[in-house]
Formats: sequence, structure tokens, C-alpha cells
Amino acid sequence: MKHFLRRQRYLIDFTVASLARRMGKNLGLLGVYTLIVFLLASVMLFTQSLRHEASLLLVNAPEVVVQRMLAGRHELIPEDYLQRIGKVRGVAAMYGRLWGYFYDPVVQANYTLMVPREHAPVSGEVKVGHAIARTRGLGLGDFLSFRSAQGQSFAFRVSEILSSDSELVSADLLLVSEDDFRTFFGIEPGLYTDIALEVRNPKEVRKVAEKLTVLLPDTRPILREEILRTYDALFAWRQGIVFVLLAGSLLAFVIFAWDKASGLSAEEKREIGILKAIGWDTGDVIQMKFWEGALVSLGAFLLGYLAAYGHIFFFDAALFAPVLKGWAVLYPKFHPAPFIDGLQVATLFFFTVFPYTVATVVPIWRAATTDPDAVMR
Amino acid sequence: MIRLEAVNKIFNQGRPNEFCAVRDVTLDLYAEHATVLRGPSGSGKTTLLAMIGCLSRPTSGRIFLAEKNLSGLPERFMTEVRRKTFGFIFQRFNLIQGLNVLENVLLPAYPLAPDHAELQQRGMNLLEQFDMATKAHAKVEWLSGGEAQRAAICRALLNDPQILIADEPTANLDTHLAQEFMRNIGKLKAAGRTILLTSHDPMVAEADCVDRVITMRDGQIQEDRYVA
Repeated sequence: MKHFLRRQRYLIDFTVASLARRMGKNLGLLGVYTLIVFLLASVMLFTQSLRHEASLLLVNAPEVVVQRMLAGRHELIPEDYLQRIGKVRGVAAMYGRLWGYFYDPVVQANYTLMVPREHAPVSGEVKVGHAIARTRGLGLGDFLSFRSAQGQSFAFRVSEILSSDSELVSADLLLVSEDDFRTFFGIEPGLYTDIALEVRNPKEVRKVAEKLTVLLPDTRPILREEILRTYDALFAWRQGIVFVLLAGSLLAFVIFAWDKASGLSAEEKREIGILKAIGWDTGDVIQMKFWEGALVSLGAFLLGYLAAYGHIFFFDAALFAPVLKGWAVLYPKFHPAPFIDGLQVATLFFFTVFPYTVATVVPIWRAATTDPDAVMR
Repeated sequence: MIRLEAVNKIFNQGRPNEFCAVRDVTLDLYAEHATVLRGPSGSGKTTLLAMIGCLSRPTSGRIFLAEKNLSGLPERFMTEVRRKTFGFIFQRFNLIQGLNVLENVLLPAYPLAPDHAELQQRGMNLLEQFDMATKAHAKVEWLSGGEAQRAAICRALLNDPQILIADEPTANLDTHLAQEFMRNIGKLKAAGRTILLTSHDPMVAEADCVDRVITMRDGQIQEDRYVA
């Protein structure tokens, strides 16, 4: 084992000295390679942390939401549906929710208005999301005025600015009292936007949803796991879009790297002949070339990944945030929590380090298996 | 020590450009002798030397090293024999550009992975022996012809081979450096090494240390002469 490791050290020594001989060319390659890994890893890390964040935020969301449908559209749900649902086994709690959207022409942005179940503000007051406060320049005690659908003016006093921890979801959120919500949107008492159900046992969620479909045929149950899946698909789609945009540069790099890695110059062929003539065997030459590919690609992978980690988690993904987060006007200030997915690292490693290393080793095979007597000519 | 039995070497066999470089050579080479293969370009001396040094295989015939048949060995074992038994000095020295002298000298030992400090010491001792210690860390492209030649000798001797093979070693050297080279060869022979050289330089064939001169033409031995 000691002999094997020492031999690898000698081969690495030679490889490093060999790479240093073409310093400019190899540094250029390393730079481009690192940039590619950086871009790919940034997109992957950011999308992954968005998914992770979304899943963390949804932990406290109700397991099932029941929405009433009318002609295929979401309709307000009467309070008596709570009684109609009755006592479904496994449901720990159920309650009506009030929420809706409001377009603010002043900043040309959509807000989400909601009545919280607990700690609702008193009538005439509002709790606002960070992005709204930022965009409208609001502080505690300031007033926020809107025109309702009936054309009346409403002024709400800001009683709280929501914590920036959950800004990704609460950026555009306005929390108001139930009375204010109903008056503002003109929703009669006894009607809710939807009904939320909490199910104690996660394994029973699907069964509960099935029972609801039978019990209330004009409703649709929405499961939390479905919302998570939708988030997942949405972020995966956005990630895909960025990857497609990167595809051109990726392809250019692949061609460049393949040419660099697989094309053996006459000088390199001569060197292989010399090494074989002075006592290196085919395996030694292939291992040396393996180290050359591995050192370049592994170096680029580590540098690129570390740079991407810094970009996402210390500089808040400055390059990709607008595309990947997808907010039109109210950009949430999102500070992703450091999170690394092992499978994702392995995937990126496999698609960046592996092909380059193979591209360096394969052509060397042919050169290294020929007789070394060419150096005598 | 080395016996060649009806050795042939044909390049591009079966193709229109087929060429027979060595024809039916049978020869005995003795230990601790300095033997020169001489002849015009294309006479087959380098091809013969390459086969003896396990750099290539004969198309037919057999080569024995101390009763061991080299021509039938798989590549790995051929490399092993080449590494341990032969040291090579090439016509254009074939030092690897961009590396320094010491790194070039140490290269043959890398696959054997000896202790690093011991290997460095071994390399430095050889460089000192050939007055090259001060150039140990100089890039090989900065060396003069004579220095490059000596660096190549040091590299050839690193694994302490029994047999030293030099192909046209004086082709790129002036008379003074060629004489110096032959003096070094004389010392190595006196130290008990077997020397095999190819050259068409008369000075090499006529050097004091040379025991035997074999003249080749068209891939065959034309004359085999022992020097008194």
C-alpha cells in the first residue's frame, strides 16, 4: 500500500510539473472549466435551497385544503361545508380560511391579503411583508391606503412588518382582520375562500382526501405534498430554463475540453515514447495521464463548487436570483440557508470530472500501447 | 550474455510498403564488453539495438538475455527487464523539456517508487560524478550539447543497469565532446558495465575502450571484428 501511494505521488509530481510547463494554456483551461462548474453548481445549489426553503415553510401548512369549484373555477365555500364534512376520522382540526389577491396600481404589484388564524391584527391595522414595506417605504404606524372593488378607500395602519426569515413566501403578504377582509373584498359572512384540514397521521391524508371527494363532489382537496411537488416542478422547470440558456456555453466548453484532452500533440507522443523507453510501462503512462485529467477536472470542480457556494450562500445568488425566484415586482430578499445535497454534488461531480478524465485517458491508451522504439528514430 | 538467433524485423508486414530492416541476424554479445554497431543509415543497426534493448520485438527469431527468452515476454515483463537491465542514451538525448536536470535524471525510477530522499541522493551522486551537480535545478533547454549528453548518461544510469545502450551518441557533439563522451564510456566499462553503441562516427569505433565492431549493411552483418 505504501509503495502504491508513493508511486502515485511520483506520478502526481510528474503530472504537476508537466502541467506547469504549459502554464498559460492549462490555467486558461482551468479557468473556463471552473466557470462552467461555478455556473452549473450555482443554479443547482440555488434551486435546491429554494426547494428546501419551500419545504421548510410548508411544514406548518395544513395537510389538506378543500376548495369549492363552480364551472371548473375556484369559488367561495359556504360555512355549512364545515358541518357537511362532519367528523371524518383522522382529521384533527378544520377551519375556514380567508385570503385573496389585490393589485396595487401604485407599485404595479400583486399583494396577497390574508386573515391569519392566530394573532390577527385588530380592525384597521395591517401586518405587511418585508418587500411591500420596502417598496412602499412603510414603517410601523404608517398608513397604507387601497381602493376596494366597490371603489371605497381603505386606510390600514401598519402594526407589524413580518419577519424577513420567511421573506420568500411572505414578501407580498398583507395580514388583516376578518372584518376588514370581508368589507374590503365584499365577502358575506359565512363564506370562506377555502377550508383547511389538519390530519394527524400523514399516512391517512390520501384516505381523507378520497372521502372528501365522495362527500363533497363540488370540491377539490389539495394536499400539502401536492403543493410541494408543484414547487418542485416549478423550480425544476426554472432550473431547466437556465440550463438551456447555459447549454450553448456548455457545448462550446465540451468541444474545447474534448479537443484539449483527447488531442495528443506530437510533443506529447514523443514524451510518452521517451517515458516508455526509460522504463515506464503502459500502465504508468495511463495513470500519469489519468492524474492529469483528474487534477484539472477535480481542481475545477472544487474551485467552481466553492465559488458557487460563496455566490449562493454569502452573496445571495446575485447572478441568478431574478430568473430563479421569479417574482415580477416585489423581489424578496432571500438569504438561502447553507444546504448541500449529497446526490446533487455526486451528479455534478459525475458530469464534470468524469468525462474530462475519460477524455484524457482514452486517446493515451493508443499512444501508450505502441512500441517505444519510435524515440530511437 | 545476449544471444540473437535468426532475428528478423519487418515493418508494415503484408502492406505494399513492407520493409525488412533486419535480416536473419545471429549474434552473441558478451558481458563487460563495449560493442559498436556501425554502418550507413538504414543498415538496421538502430532497429537491432531497439530489439536488444526490449524497445521492440523481432518479427521472427529469438533474443536471449542470460538464457531468458526476451522476445516471447509480455509487455509488462519486457518493461521490467528494460527498466532493470538497460540504460538508454538517445541520439537527440531525449530529455523532457520544461523539467529540470534532476527531475529528468530521476524519471526512470518513478514507477519503482523508491524512498524519495534516497532517490534524490542517488540522482545527485550521479550528477556529481559527471560534474553536473551545479546544473541540477537548471531547465534542460538551457544546457549545452555536452551537458545535455551528460544529463542523459546520468538518467541512463539511475536504475544501475547492467547494460548501457547508446544510439548515435556522438552525432550531435563536436570532436572534443565526442572524445569526452567516449572517455566516460570507458570509465563505465571499467566499472563492469556492458556497452552497446551504434555509430557511423569512426572516432567511436576506434576508441580505446571498444572491444568489438560489428558492421551492418542492408539489415545483415557484413563484418564482425574484435579489436585487439
